[in-house]
Amino acid sequence: MDIELSNEQRFLQETVRKFLEHEAPLSATRDKAANGEPPFTRDYWRRAAELGVAAMLVPEEFGGAGAERPVLDLVVVAEEMGSQVAPGPLLPVSVVADALARDGTRDQKGEYLPRLADGSLLASWAVGEAPDTWEPDGAATWARRDGGDWVISGEKASVEAADVADIFLVTARTADGMAQFLVPRDAPGLSVQMLPRYDLGRLFGDVALEDVRVPAGAAIGEAGSVDASLQRQYLLALTLQAAETVGLLERIFDATIEYTRNRYAFGRPLASYQALKHRIADHKLWLEAALGLSTALARAFAASDEGCGRLASVTKAHIGDQSPAIISDCGQLFGGIAMTWEHDLHLYLRRATANKFLFGSPAQHRERLCRLIGL
Amino acid sequence: MTEQESPEAFGARARAWAAKNLPPAEGPEGLEVDDTEELRIVAEARELQKLIFEAGFAGIRYPAEYGGQGLTRAHQLAWREATAGYRLPVTFNVTHGILGPTLLEFGTHEQKTRHLPAMLSGQELWVQFLSEPSSGSDLAGLLTRAERDGDTFILNGSKIWSTGAHYSDYAMVLARTNPEVPKHRGLSMLYMPIRSPGVTVKPIKLVTGGSHFCQEFFDDVALPVANLLGEENDGWRVASGLLFHERNMVGGNSLNDHVPPGGGEGETDTIGELIALARAVGRDKDPHTRQLLGEALVLEALAEPTIARVNAQLQAGRMPPPAASLVRLMSALTQYRVKEIALEIGGTRVTMNGADDRVGIHGQRWLGARIGTLAGGSQEMQRNGISERVLGLPREVTPDKDVPFSQVLASRRKGQAG
Repeated sequence: MDIELSNEQRFLQETVRKFLEHEAPLSATRDKAANGEPPFTRDYWRRAAELGVAAMLVPEEFGGAGAERPVLDLVVVAEEMGSQVAPGPLLPVSVVADALARDGTRDQKGEYLPRLADGSLLASWAVGEAPDTWEPDGAATWARRDGGDWVISGEKASVEAADVADIFLVTARTADGMAQFLVPRDAPGLSVQMLPRYDLGRLFGDVALEDVRVPAGAAIGEAGSVDASLQRQYLLALTLQAAETVGLLERIFDATIEYTRNRYAFGRPLASYQALKHRIADHKLWLEAALGLSTALARAFAASDEGCGRLASVTKAHIGDQSPAIISDCGQLFGGIAMTWEHDLHLYLRRATANKFLFGSPAQHRERLCRLIGL
Repeated sequence: MTEQESPEAFGARARAWAAKNLPPAEGPEGLEVDDTEELRIVAEARELQKLIFEAGFAGIRYPAEYGGQGLTRAHQLAWREATAGYRLPVTFNVTHGILGPTLLEFGTHEQKTRHLPAMLSGQELWVQFLSEPSSGSDLAGLLTRAERDGDTFILNGSKIWSTGAHYSDYAMVLARTNPEVPKHRGLSMLYMPIRSPGVTVKPIKLVTGGSHFCQEFFDDVALPVANLLGEENDGWRVASGLLFHERNMVGGNSLNDHVPPGGGEGETDTIGELIALARAVGRDKDPHTRQLLGEALVLEALAEPTIARVNAQLQAGRMPPPAASLVRLMSALTQYRVKEIALEIGGTRVTMNGADDRVGIHGQRWLGARIGTLAGGSQEMQRNGISERVLGLPREVTPDKDVPFSQVLASRRKGQAG
């Protein structure tokens, strides 16, 4: 957690924490996965939205929260949702809301933002493409003008909440440059192939677009002039992902420490063995670094700092590598019990592992860092 | 000045002053300097520090009453940014980052008035005499003794791994003043002019050829009781404070001003050096090399956010002072890894091109890479500190803890544990 939270942010954190403990305990997520039920219902998301979680980046006149520090508040929510490995499309909904708030026309804002804010409309960001293209300007999906319409073709991969999203924000290449379009899920030619559940709290799907026709009014911003917005959305996604991941990493690390204090072997607590203490010390160090990076990234993004792009990749490379590795070693410290379905550890490991690759792997971000410094 | 100058204004003033008064930095530092060159650097550092003091920039976070500026870490960071690219008196880092803060914490008003301005104005270089040939990590098991004779202590024994003792002026020395109590309770911290009768200083030659460290021998060195720092037999508390400042300094977070952002060893441009290395061996387009460079970029960028977070928690009282071990361990591990990375990027030529070459230098640095994971407390000691003092996990068993030190020594001679 950012240790410099305001009183309002502490209240927000506490409110979200209690809501999730009541509405989405890990045991429920586990049972839903076992029974093949979706990880969350529309009603759940609407009630989460009543706490303001979907309205952070929505301007006040369109139903937004009107917070003083919207990005940092949103980061508090993302951390808390991470720490409980909670279900809910916070990241994609926030990215779509931010794109609309920045580049949408008055009509577009009026049509979508109030419903995104109150949780009645579910949106996702269809940006990634197979096998692992995550930077928005790398999209191969193509859109061409046809009369007053746009016709979009391509395949978007690993789209969060694709089973329930009402609209997709699709990034595509055009003759004029990059563009993005809001495409309803029932648009003819759009099909969704849902993927097997890995993260128990989230479902992903591949979204295929075959000559999907949308009106000119579906474009968010003008084709060829959205590069800065796409970059911002990408950095927002990385910022929220970092916050979510450090939230879950801190929680499972603390639980592991507690366990090693209370579990005895050969007449001593596990935590008294130097072979384990030294590993725990290293984990603590890299956890603190992860928390420090996440906070620095959130502040840099909120301030539109020019170093944000580089810091985002540093943060992703560090957290992406360290979080699954540390959680995996937490499993070693817990012992065999952590290899059971009933133990919570695998829920944390699943999300941390998925997050390692979503929006670019650590290796991709190391390469991106080289490019950013001109190599 | 009634209202504090903003860090930005301070930085701007420092930038303008530095441009006029400081000599530009010379190319990549890192090759081992010979003894004559080292003494020249020390003499220059004294001059530069005097200049900085006279211009009102010395001891940015030291209290004004002892010759400092009474400003904040933000001002210090502004200074570091403003003076990047200039030659700085980094020789004073240990004095200003470790010994000065210790004197500030434990010294009497007289002691501070006498020595802090002298440290900040370039007159006095200080060093710590802690480790001994027979006790490194187990510092409290040291053998050097200071026997009280009226108003005088008589010092006998030997210390090792003191940085630059041969060109320094004063030392803080931890010595046993009572062997009949358990080891931590019979120690005192004294300070001494290094060029006292009975002191012999011998530089130690390292694997890299340099000799930054020394060993000292004490033969009936007489020190006045007025040189006690803190109470007699309460030296462990003073030493713990000193070690806290040392961890902080190595982590880039103490009161010494002249450290480049992010860093401990004065290697101002690690990334620039690695890029130059990759280009020199023709590997800058190689994907594996780019992964290694990317990793180094990540490691270098960890320092500031981590230090900021640990600091905030220290200040808010949410972490105890030993949390400085986190920063120290981070710098040890990341700097070690960067040396490994350089080796891997460089390949065969790091062992072929000689120490004066920008490829070969990385082979030399590798040989000394363990200095960083040992000096200022080994990484294992930092890990003990983090797990025991920060996380509160059970302490290691210490059979000698409550036994009078004289008995510990007796059983050591008999080859028994404890």
